Amino acid sequence: MFAVFRDLIRYNIEFTIGLILVGIVAIFAALSFFSPVDPSQIYLAIPDQPPSAQYWFGTNSRGQDLFWQLSAAFRNSLLFGITVAVLSRIISIAVGLAAGYLGGWVDRVLMFINDIFVAVPIFPILVLFYFVLRNHMDSFTMALIMACFGWPFDARLIRSVALGLKHREFTRHAVFAGMSTRKVLLEEHLPYVMPIVFSTFMNNMLWSIGMEVTLAVLGFTNINNPTIGTVLYWANSHSAMVVGVWWWVVIPVILIVITFLGLFLLAVSMNEYIDPRSRLRRMGA
Amino acid sequence: MQGYLWFAAKRFVQLLAVIFFGVSAMFVVTYLSPIDPVEQVLGRLSARSNLSPEAIAATRAALTEMFGTNQPVLTQYFNFWSRLLRGDLGASLMAFPTPAMELVLRALPWTLGLLLTSTAITFVVGNLLGGLAGYFQNSRWLKAFGIVSMGLQPIPYYIVAFIILIVFGFLWPVLPISGGFAMDVRPGWTWSFILSVLQHSLLPALSLVLVGLGGWFIGMRALVSNIVTEDYVTYAELAGVRRDTIVGGYVIRNALVPQVTALAMVIGGVFSGTVITEQVFNYPGMGSLLVDAVNAGDYSTVLAVCTISIAAVALAIFIVDLLHPLLDPRVRAE
Repeated sequence: MFAVFRDLIRYNIEFTIGLILVGIVAIFAALSFFSPVDPSQIYLAIPDQPPSAQYWFGTNSRGQDLFWQLSAAFRNSLLFGITVAVLSRIISIAVGLAAGYLGGWVDRVLMFINDIFVAVPIFPILVLFYFVLRNHMDSFTMALIMACFGWPFDARLIRSVALGLKHREFTRHAVFAGMSTRKVLLEEHLPYVMPIVFSTFMNNMLWSIGMEVTLAVLGFTNINNPTIGTVLYWANSHSAMVVGVWWWVVIPVILIVITFLGLFLLAVSMNEYIDPRSRLRRMGA
Repeated sequence: MQGYLWFAAKRFVQLLAVIFFGVSAMFVVTYLSPIDPVEQVLGRLSARSNLSPEAIAATRAALTEMFGTNQPVLTQYFNFWSRLLRGDLGASLMAFPTPAMELVLRALPWTLGLLLTSTAITFVVGNLLGGLAGYFQNSRWLKAFGIVSMGLQPIPYYIVAFIILIVFGFLWPVLPISGGFAMDVRPGWTWSFILSVLQHSLLPALSLVLVGLGGWFIGMRALVSNIVTEDYVTYAELAGVRRDTIVGGYVIRNALVPQVTALAMVIGGVFSGTVITEQVFNYPGMGSLLVDAVNAGDYSTVLAVCTISIAAVALAIFIVDLLHPLLDPRVRAE
């Protein structure tokens, strides 16, 4: 495992950059655990102060210190993304491995369901959920709903790998040795799909955080819970750009770009690492 | 031909299944919700006018009858479907008594126009440039474009739309930043109206294109740079087949197959992007309607927008799927 990381850092500049970018954001988000202020409180600082030695990122029109506000927001958004990614990974691994290995009717039924989930547009459904739940819509409920919709693409990818593994020599050995199906899937096949799981993990986080931003910017989430999206929502509702509080928009946007670019580069470089052809080309073979 | 018809029939069943499950899921969500549509409507009606207690009771009875909320679940479910199939989802609350479906159908052409043109432009330009970048890997311009689109790719719709708004709204105001057409133009098939609509659609479309371009470009470049190392391309080059035939006929055509599959998948996600874009540019489409309806607590219109968008996305994916075999002989043979 560590050898893989060392190789990636050595030969893959995208991976290194991605790791550094995500690392910066992760450390920044982790700082929120030491925050001296409560991020849900307003008017604790002088409003509309530009960045200075006292307020590193300035303060917003609601009297919040943007440094700690954003730190909490990024923590919440990253945790949200990780929750969605972990939950949907469990579904996609289970469905993908089972469909690929068992084949036949199981495969056909699972893939039929998969096709439906691929095609159902999630955004209107999330809006509908918000509309009917209103105040009961917390971020864990939303993570749960999004996890239910975030697995189908990746399940298909995992299935295609499992299809290949099924006919490999070692699978037959394991089966003849009397290994149970569950054991074959978990102990023999799972390690082979782990690289895909990691790369789709990043993609899934990108997708879920982006979806949360979209919903929050429109005001379709719990807007009092600081996240990347709700920071932008409040900045927009106070017309921050128009009244000249530019740091309220520009600083979060820079951080968002860093986060998204970092996760994206990690996903891309992992993808490339999985594909041996491009890895060979990169190493100059 | 026989095989193609069979394939189309299977896809059609899938289309119906997607719509059926999507709409059923919506029914379940609304049924399980703590919001009672009757009380919702009643609250809005009594807020606007002074109703006597008898009038409220009478209205409640009439509304319960209309929504059928006093009936068993299954009856409600079947009623929901039968009304839906007749295109009736009740009157909109924010534009009472206009039917919600009428509002949706009025907004639909705007969104469809915006979505179709921007998706088409993005797909064609992104794949063409990506294909060329994958084949001519030393071109400086294409490399630069790759870096720019790499940087643009992960930025959320909202940010890009907002940057465009700031640039064209305040710094260089040459294009209209709000609305679907100019106030002083009368809607109709006149040149001035069409011109105005086109003018107003430029910026929203630009934001959608900018966000979408990078994905196609990067995907196509990766596909093509893999295909270029295949033996048949080397043979074609050695055999002296013309360059443009190799690029257009062999390389890009083969790489296009997975991209068309991706198109079907992307369409499902594009709707959320248009909602933001329409909201930012105040464009009179489905997205703006949905946002207004949610904010106004307009139960029927939210349901109608969601239903139509699920149906529209499913239909779009169906059409892309039907086009797929025309490109890929393997799917045809299946």
